[in-house]
Amino acid sequence: MSKILENRSLGQDFFLMRVEHDNNAHMGQFYMLRAWKYFPVLSRPISVYDADEKSVSFLYKVVGQGTELLSKLKAGDEITLDGAHGNGFPEAEGKKRIALVGGGVGIAPLYLAAKTYKKAEPQAQVDIYLGFSGEPILIEEFQNAADKLTVNVGGFVTDDIDPTAYDMIVTCGPTIMMKVLYEKCVRVGYRHPLYVSMENRMACGIGACLVCTCKTSKGNRKVCKDGPVFPGSEVFGNE
Amino acid sequence: MSDRLKTSFAGIAFKNPVVLASGTCGFGRELNEYFDIERLGGLCSKGLLEHPVAGNDGIRIWETASGIMNSVGLENPGIDAFVEKDLNWINGKDLVNIVNLGGHSMEDYISGAEKLNKVQLDLVELNISCPNVKAGGMNFGTKTEVAREIVREIRGICKHKLVVKLSPNAENIVSLAGMCEEEGADGVSLTNTFLGMAIDLKKKAPVFHNVYAGLSGPAIKPIALRMVHQVAHSVSIPVMGLGGITTWQDAVEFIMAGATVIQVGTATFMKPDISMDIIEGMEKYLEENGYESIDEIRGII
Repeated sequence: MSKILENRSLGQDFFLMRVEHDNNAHMGQFYMLRAWKYFPVLSRPISVYDADEKSVSFLYKVVGQGTELLSKLKAGDEITLDGAHGNGFPEAEGKKRIALVGGGVGIAPLYLAAKTYKKAEPQAQVDIYLGFSGEPILIEEFQNAADKLTVNVGGFVTDDIDPTAYDMIVTCGPTIMMKVLYEKCVRVGYRHPLYVSMENRMACGIGACLVCTCKTSKGNRKVCKDGPVFPGSEVFGNE
Repeated sequence: MSDRLKTSFAGIAFKNPVVLASGTCGFGRELNEYFDIERLGGLCSKGLLEHPVAGNDGIRIWETASGIMNSVGLENPGIDAFVEKDLNWINGKDLVNIVNLGGHSMEDYISGAEKLNKVQLDLVELNISCPNVKAGGMNFGTKTEVAREIVREIRGICKHKLVVKLSPNAENIVSLAGMCEEEGADGVSLTNTFLGMAIDLKKKAPVFHNVYAGLSGPAIKPIALRMVHQVAHSVSIPVMGLGGITTWQDAVEFIMAGATVIQVGTATFMKPDISMDIIEGMEKYLEENGYESIDEIRGII
């Protein structure tokens, strides 16, 4: 069990929870969260918003019974964190112009990604594009983590980015948003890596139950274990 | 651990009567990261077919009151890939290696059974009860005389000990179990998931592509327990009991109802090592109540 340090509302059903937890979580990974005994039956997979060695933060949106229960927790309450799971985002490996594109609660893993890329490649340009349907959240935080922050409210964040200005793009958000971005990259002749972080309903979170399968051009992949991050071409390339 | 939990199923020694249920534990590797799987009595593999199957489209898991519904649709890597990658590993572990064999047709079951004849394993669990495949699976397992054809054929081919996994959606599960005994099965396991349904109100459509899906978890426990009780008291082959077992108390109830060993499925999703809690709780219960062996409480109800 781990102790909750903070669990605050950001408005619009978004919450930010920070938990005391020894970890070596990598950007783009997730934890299975559980703050109840038997019911709901399943734990909730939530991606890492931020992490240092002693704590992990989660940005989540209340969408159902599990996240509703999470939102009621207070500092000092206990929670079980099982993880970190999944492959996470790839390293920058010398890339000089990196774009991170997020939509809705899919912006969650991009904060740690921006910080990690900036730390690994201080000279790199790291730009963040965020799309919201309502009031934007965490703008100051993302601004501090990015060289340039572009926020789109109510429109299509994929309209704001010129993929050819970058040599690596990482995206997380609604499937349709990521698909549109992939298609735009193909259309404008973007030749560098595009990584998409997929979301799916999960049961085990560790690769044993096959309920989160994502059908890709390389066959079935487990979002929890083989992903959640895949090359965009594998997910959207042969549709 | 004492020897209190040691038992025997169809002549196979189990160090304890706790087995992980097919489809909830892969081939054991992932859970072995959480606990030493050699502490288990046994492990049932993910359902395998002779050939790989991609499984169902759409949503595959849905939470319900005290349960979950799944519609995986027999996704599996095929027996060859399992033999190549996982079989030796699991055979090297000190636990009963149960391989679950599925199928969409009689031909699938036959080719799968023939392939399994060529390898070493402890027990084949013949799945004639999967609700999530449109052709085969449960369709074979609901009518006793239809199921008889499969069980007779596979019993005739299979050189391994054979347990038949029964569907709670059977027209008459007691007659189905009796048929398995008549055809020479070494045991039966019950129950698989209960056929259920969920509707998405926003989309005004079924949640699952297959419309219906399999319900498991604590919600089904009382019904599964009743079925295990009925079957265990009507056949003389041993019964593996499963259906919503979450606590050691649940496990003891299934043993008292007549199960020789029990399987833990959905509960593993609540806590990966929940089976270890169940083993410890059963051991403590026997010790505190002065039983020297789990066999002393079997079928006492």
